[in-house]
Amino acid sequence: MGFASPTLRLAEDQYRTIVGHCYDGLPDEACGLLIGPVSDSEPLGVVSEVRPCRNENASAITYRIDGRDQGAAMRAARERGHEIVGCWHSHTHTDAYPSPTDVEQAKYYPEWIYVLVSLRDGDPMLRAYRIRDGAIAECQVVLDR
Amino acid sequence: MYTRAVPVEVRLPTLLRPHADGAASVSAAGATVGDVFADLTARYPGLADQLVDESGSIHKFVNVYRNDDDVRYLDQLDTKVADGDVVSILPAVAGG
Repeated sequence: MGFASPTLRLAEDQYRTIVGHCYDGLPDEACGLLIGPVSDSEPLGVVSEVRPCRNENASAITYRIDGRDQGAAMRAARERGHEIVGCWHSHTHTDAYPSPTDVEQAKYYPEWIYVLVSLRDGDPMLRAYRIRDGAIAECQVVLDR
Repeated sequence: MYTRAVPVEVRLPTLLRPHADGAASVSAAGATVGDVFADLTARYPGLADQLVDESGSIHKFVNVYRNDDDVRYLDQLDTKVADGDVVSILPAVAGG
């Protein structure tokens, strides 16, 4: 692809927080934000904090991160000297792959890492992507234990 | 309550900057967020459709913050601003 895809590194407790929040949100989609360091606005792939957020749409097919939670995440990021570097959301009945709506919406935050969690099968499937100019590139995900 | 127009900093997201001569941050004045937007869109008319919808509410694609507080959960466009406040406009984070 024409843009770099950092490796996303998640600590085990961060992974559990993300996936747990996705199950807690059922039957609706769940969502949240990732905070971490950047270099020239580009995420390094390290996550300092995962922040579960409310889905303002309360919907099984769409999400919109609660504006209050986004504001609180901005403040938390600034206090760390970090930025919001990505978001995650669940797909309750489809693959862990960006939907056309996800690709369209990614134009607003083209530098972010987008994490998708599929709950379709017996085990959760977490994958991460960059989405830029309508193109999707998968990021490697490393779980630090 | 006595209110007067005060100068505030308005931070714009990347996608709106072309409507404001490329600026990431502009100064605008008002006693409320709505007044600040009126001042802003008088100078940058291209921003008007991006901030407020046909019904006069904050556009659903954006979140507007007074400092870090989402004004949708305060008094929306009637939210008061004080000298030195920062009004940030950010695209909502959404998808399917």
